[in-house]
Amino acid sequence: MAKHGAARDDTRAHNTLRSAGIRRAPAKRAEELDRLIHERMRLGIVSALAVNDSLSFSDLKKLMGTTDGNLSVHARKLEEAEYIACTKSFEGRMPRTQYRLTAAGRSALERYLDHMEALIRVTRDR
Amino acid sequence: MTSVRPLRPPPTEPPALHVRAMDNLAFIRNTMEAAGSFTAVSGWGMVAIGVLAVAVAAGAGQQASRAMELGIWLAHAVLSALVMLWAIVRKAREARMPLLSGPGRKFVLSFSPPMVVGAVLTLVLFRAGLLEAIPGVWLLLYGTAVVAGGAFSVKIVPVMGLCFMAAGVVALFTPVSLTQWILGAAFGGLHVGFGITIARSHGG
Repeated sequence: MAKHGAARDDTRAHNTLRSAGIRRAPAKRAEELDRLIHERMRLGIVSALAVNDSLSFSDLKKLMGTTDGNLSVHARKLEEAEYIACTKSFEGRMPRTQYRLTAAGRSALERYLDHMEALIRVTRDR
Repeated sequence: MTSVRPLRPPPTEPPALHVRAMDNLAFIRNTMEAAGSFTAVSGWGMVAIGVLAVAVAAGAGQQASRAMELGIWLAHAVLSALVMLWAIVRKAREARMPLLSGPGRKFVLSFSPPMVVGAVLTLVLFRAGLLEAIPGVWLLLYGTAVVAGGAFSVKIVPVMGLCFMAAGVVALFTPVSLTQWILGAAFGGLHVGFGITIARSHGG
C-alpha cells in the first residue's frame, strides 16, 4: 500500500518537475532510482553509510532500530542495485558483515537530494 | 432522531509534496547526524600539547612550592585548550565539516561538564589545602571528559580517556613526590602516543 503511495508521489513529483521545465537525467532511470531510495529504511541505510567509510550489520541495525530480517531485505535490494557493497568476514568465530556505500549509491543519494530540493523549490515558487 | 456516525474517520488531505520532501530531507539529515562521528579531533594538535606537557613537567619539578607547580600546569591547561581549539577548527575547515552540528555539538556537550567540575574541584581542593589530590583529580576528570566526548568520536578517543582515568587513579594513590612525573607521563606520553595514532588513521 505504502509502496503504491510512494510510486504515485514519484509520478506526481516528475510531473511537477516537467511542468516547471526542470530536466532530469533519463526519466525511466530516475524513476527507478527514486523508488529504490525513497523507501525510509533504504534511505536511512544509504544516508548512514554516506557519512561513514563502512558500517557493520549490527551498527546499522542499532541505528535504524529495526530487526535482522527487515534490515537484510532492504540491504539486499540496495546491494542488488549496486548502491552498497557488502563484505563478509570472521572476527574470531563470529561472522561480521560490513557495508559501504558505492560510487553509484553516493550519486543516487545526491540525485535524490537534488530531486527533493527541486520539489521544494518548485512548490515554493508557485 | 439518531445521528449517523461513520465507521471510518473522514479522509484527511494527504500532505503536500513539498512537505513530504522537507520531511525526507530532515530524515536524511537526522540519520546522518546520528550515524556520523566527530572526526575533527586533531591528532597533531594532541602531539603538540603532549610535547608541551613534557616541557612543563620538567619545569614544574624545579619549582619551590606546590602551588607554583600547579600554577604552571594550569597555564599549560589554558595554552593546551587554545592550541587544541585552533587545531580542531583547522582540521574541520580542511575537511569542510561543520564544527558545532550533530556529532560535534554532542562531543562538546559531553566533554564540557567534567571539565567544569574539574575547575570547581580544583578551587575547592586548593582552598582546603589538599594540593596533593589535585593532579589525580585533574587526570580523572579529564579522562572522564574524553571518554564522554569520545563516545561521539572515533573509537580510539574513549580508549585514550580510559588511560587518563587509570593514570588519575594511580596519581591519587602514589606518593606526592611522583605526581609531577605521572602528570608529565599522562599529559605528555598519552597525548603524543594517541595523537600520532589518530593523525595517521584519521588524517591530521
